[in-house]
Amino acid sequence: MNIAFLLNGRNVALTGIDARTTTLDWLRETQALTATKEGCNEGDCGACTVLVTDADGTRAVNACILFLPQLHGRALRTVEGIAGPDGTPHPVQQAMIDHHGSQCGFCTPGFIAQMAANHLNGDTDHDTGLSGNLCRCTGYAPILRAARAADSAPVPDWMKTDPGVSGSKIPPAGPGGDAPLPAHRPDNADDLAQLFAAHPDATLVAGATDVGLWVTKQNRPLTRMIFLNAVRDLQDIVETETEIRIGAGVTIARLISLMDRLHPSFAAMLRRYGSPQVRAVATIGGNIANGSPIGDAPPALMALEATLHLRRGNARRTLSLADFFIDYGRQDRAPGEFVEAVSIPRQPDHLRVWKIAKRHDQDISAVCGAFDIQIAGGQVTAARIAFGGMAGIPKRARAVEAALIGQSWDTATLTRACAAFADDFTPLSDMRASAAYRLQVAANLLRRYHAETTGAATDIRGITA
Amino acid sequence: MSVGKPLPHDSAPLHVTGQARYVDDIPLPANALYLAFGKATIARGRATSVDLSDVRAAPGVLTVLMPADLPGDCDTSPSAHDEPLLSDQVQFNGQPLFLVVATSHLAARRAAVLARVTYAEDTPILTIDAALAANARFEDGPRIWSRGDVTAALASAPHLINGRIEMGGQEHFYLEGQVSLALPGEGGEMHIIASTQHPTEVQHKVAHALGVPMHKVRVECRRMGGGFGGKESQGNALAIACAVVAAQTGRPVKMRYDRDDDMILTGKRHDFRIDYRAGFDATGRLSAVDFTHYTRCGWSQDLSLPVADRAMLHADNAYFLPAVRIESHRLRTNMASATAYRGFGGPQGVLGIERVMDHIAQVLGLDPLAVRRANYYDGSAISGPGTGQRYGGLHSPAGATPRNTTPYGQTITGFALHDMTDVLAQSADYTARRAAIRDWNAGQPILKRGIALTPVKFGISFTLTHLNQAGALVHVYQDGSIHLNHGGTEMGQGLNQKVAQVAADAFGVGMDAVQITATDTAKVPNSSATAASSGSDLNGMAVLAACDTIRVRMVDCLATLHQCAPAQVRFADGRVQAGATDLSFAEAAMTVYQQRVSLSATGFYRTPDLSWDRIRGQGRPFYYFAYGAAVTEVVIDTLTGENRILRVDILHDTGASLNPALDIGQIEGGYVQGAGWLTMEELVWDAAGRLRTHAPATYKIPATSDTPPVFNVTLWDRANPEATVRRSKAVGEPPFMLGISALMAISDALAQAAPGAYPALDAPATPERILMTLNRMRAQ
Repeated sequence: MNIAFLLNGRNVALTGIDARTTTLDWLRETQALTATKEGCNEGDCGACTVLVTDADGTRAVNACILFLPQLHGRALRTVEGIAGPDGTPHPVQQAMIDHHGSQCGFCTPGFIAQMAANHLNGDTDHDTGLSGNLCRCTGYAPILRAARAADSAPVPDWMKTDPGVSGSKIPPAGPGGDAPLPAHRPDNADDLAQLFAAHPDATLVAGATDVGLWVTKQNRPLTRMIFLNAVRDLQDIVETETEIRIGAGVTIARLISLMDRLHPSFAAMLRRYGSPQVRAVATIGGNIANGSPIGDAPPALMALEATLHLRRGNARRTLSLADFFIDYGRQDRAPGEFVEAVSIPRQPDHLRVWKIAKRHDQDISAVCGAFDIQIAGGQVTAARIAFGGMAGIPKRARAVEAALIGQSWDTATLTRACAAFADDFTPLSDMRASAAYRLQVAANLLRRYHAETTGAATDIRGITA
Repeated sequence: MSVGKPLPHDSAPLHVTGQARYVDDIPLPANALYLAFGKATIARGRATSVDLSDVRAAPGVLTVLMPADLPGDCDTSPSAHDEPLLSDQVQFNGQPLFLVVATSHLAARRAAVLARVTYAEDTPILTIDAALAANARFEDGPRIWSRGDVTAALASAPHLINGRIEMGGQEHFYLEGQVSLALPGEGGEMHIIASTQHPTEVQHKVAHALGVPMHKVRVECRRMGGGFGGKESQGNALAIACAVVAAQTGRPVKMRYDRDDDMILTGKRHDFRIDYRAGFDATGRLSAVDFTHYTRCGWSQDLSLPVADRAMLHADNAYFLPAVRIESHRLRTNMASATAYRGFGGPQGVLGIERVMDHIAQVLGLDPLAVRRANYYDGSAISGPGTGQRYGGLHSPAGATPRNTTPYGQTITGFALHDMTDVLAQSADYTARRAAIRDWNAGQPILKRGIALTPVKFGISFTLTHLNQAGALVHVYQDGSIHLNHGGTEMGQGLNQKVAQVAADAFGVGMDAVQITATDTAKVPNSSATAASSGSDLNGMAVLAACDTIRVRMVDCLATLHQCAPAQVRFADGRVQAGATDLSFAEAAMTVYQQRVSLSATGFYRTPDLSWDRIRGQGRPFYYFAYGAAVTEVVIDTLTGENRILRVDILHDTGASLNPALDIGQIEGGYVQGAGWLTMEELVWDAAGRLRTHAPATYKIPATSDTPPVFNVTLWDRANPEATVRRSKAVGEPPFMLGISALMAISDALAQAAPGAYPALDAPATPERILMTLNRMRAQ
């Protein structure tokens, strides 16, 4: 595959690259740009954080699971390019020195990249904004002090201009060359549909936050890759009076912005989905099509009665999202068929989504529960409840719903409904949680929903000393 | 003066720009080779056949080494010579069976998983109970230290408790994984550049593997991307593997573990089970305590004996134990070999007695802080003649037996925790907040808050006494610039900066005159590991000695030359005054050089007054103690077990701090790491002995939002009564144990969620463990 992009302001044109090459390996092993570190090689520690800029703006991403073809037409800035052209430190660099934010220093370049991105974007929620960067030395206190200290510094000129801007300066990629692996980069959904129908064995790559691990950790053989990030017409959010249609290529970061307005509890949960680096590139289509039993968005979408839009060639069909997930590792998706969009009906917000994990940020759910319960006159008039982590698939809790609907919203009903969880789910024990814990917590999340309606404090994040 | 100033880490400008160079960042020649281990997929047994045809055929593979291809056993152990580099005798899941040599790191990794191995499997020993049943242990039997008649004291105690606490291990999760690089030289020389806390150990092990004297091997380490004890012995295998292949091929060889390999192959903190029986009076004051420690050491001995010893040595923490018995079982299990980790067993021992304090308080219905204080060692007895033991029996207070002797017979002097607890309890408003929390909890059905104050007393010195030594090499060049080298290693703690501050002051020059250089066995030989919090204590003194040697030579030379008394030669502010003559330090250096006086010196230090018999458990293993105390407030969710630290207040004793900013960094970082150990970091092995939590996706260290939103850290900045470097105190490990207050605060919250039952909370207190504990309490 042939690609072109900006690297710290200079043009890079590569021909015949192996599409599985990660940006991290390429930087470190061929460009002698070693500021960007490998901490985990799976997008969980942030030591490899770099800045990527395109028409949608600048965001920090993990270079270890960013395939080179994803950079085509964009601008990449590494830590080597964050100080000014004359060596003037970026405000976050100076603040990290002044506030003793580095100890061993190995995580520091990744923090600097993420902090510079947050600084550029005016993002001052540092607990969330830095949650994708692990530090084992400092306990984060001095890093947070540094980030806050830099908040008020103006964005340096060099961050506003070259090399942060992509576009016309980037040369076109050359003609196709020999490469170890066939790879494609369609720029519209029709071309994608043709390609994928013709090559149903291809691996679709959107954010690569999962496929990246297939390569870096699992040595999975890939026969062909189709990169989706240029398919702009899969990235639309279309709102009508009756529904919201979310293109498969919409990132989790954009979904958060949408849900902040429509279903804030969903947005709050999504702020704990992956890390800022992951949410910047991971897509809702990937999250669904991946079929994970613990993908966090599907339970919430199922509680919102989402509809999935699938396409194969020119054939399109829709189905309830809940019906897409058949069994562990099995979805109702034909070879060559892909997720085009997911849509949800416009509706009043009753949704609560709660994710239970060992760590608040950037953890995989032990249990993720989504509840949409409507109460009128003390009676439950509707209930849609779905869970991740409780079965081999994201799954509706139909027995629990049945135990609620038509009943009075009281503790007796609650007790009966909680007992019904055992009818809906037979969860597994694994390194994240035991089956007994999962079952108890799932039921207790229903109790939390009830307790909230009684006015009790239920959110440990809402408590201050 | 530089000492005492809160200067930034010397490498901070390099860290933030990415210029700080780690081993994997060093450019290599194009003919360099890369290694990966092929790992066993069973926990115990024998690899009866290893088919490497696919491995050998994989792209980029040059060769594959089996055990027979090694020059000898290539043992990697720091202690018992029980860790062959490669072996077909499988003792843990992940054990290296063969070594892939390839032209790239990725090629080696990808090939290493292609072997077809058949095994004759044995049943692995994975649990404490299984190891006890099989009598699988290190040493002949348990170590037992005791004082007084514990059985009689327990029998006559007004109140008795017994209980058990299980505490998990901990992955170091240094951000930079293990990595080593070997550059072959001429005539059998080998230059190793490694991420190691112990260059001399690497030198020793590489020399052994190659069958050459240590003088053929040079080991260098500029910095590590974190160590925490995990790079004390666990990097040996990589350095040896690189050296062996470099010797065989004559090519540079690098090996680094992918994160999953790192977590599967290397040791972690020892997990412990501690059983206890304690007798006490109505105020909670102990008359006797009987501890039994069980720890899973993994498949090899590594550093487990001194780790388990240090757990015993900290079974008292801050408390006088009149009659005490400590029995310690060091169990051999088919798991990665547990190793050094910040605190080195101390945290486990401390947690045992802190659990006892918490348990006693609950039984008596007292504030746990009152129980802790009732058991504190007697206060400082060094404030003046006639006030204490230090000045002999004649002047000792009459009456009660002094409560200031540890179970191992060391007399405590300078016990600071009475005063520190007063100051901290007041600054943290402990009593009022404890009451307010109880009021708040009474009105809350779902959330419960808890608070706890716990102290730390941590012994400073290697318990293997001969390790308490250090060397340094200092050059003053003719332009007045200073080259600084010592045997300690930099892993982020700021050791080099502290030592450079000491050196700058010794010559009265600014920090920019001092160049910090990589730790190098060719410059300073026979170094000890940078461990046991000893880095600045030992190396600072050695550097000071070297600087003093040079300074005395300069003084003598300049006094003679300028015809003044030596006392009239003074170094300050980058100038040297010799009588009436005023020179810049550079001019002074040039003058002394031209007088043909050596401006280079070694320095050496050995900690005084140590003696220790680890079999009897008697002596003075520690030069002094470092103290600290923390108040933590938490909130828990009784529906899910989710929990959060709300506020932390710490008062920590750093002696006369060499650098308050670096010390506060150690305290904040140590607290969060300690709280992580006890709350969210959970290692899970399955029934086949496979580690299921071998990546950050499944093993969760604290993240940004886990840092306490209110985090007040204050230094107890009083000179160390002992003659340490500039009267400072060690700070690397002690603050780690401040995190125990988080676990105890969760225990407090649980006790209020189900009044009447004792939580007996194990660690890590994950949401699941908290909820299951609550279930058990409610069922009682």
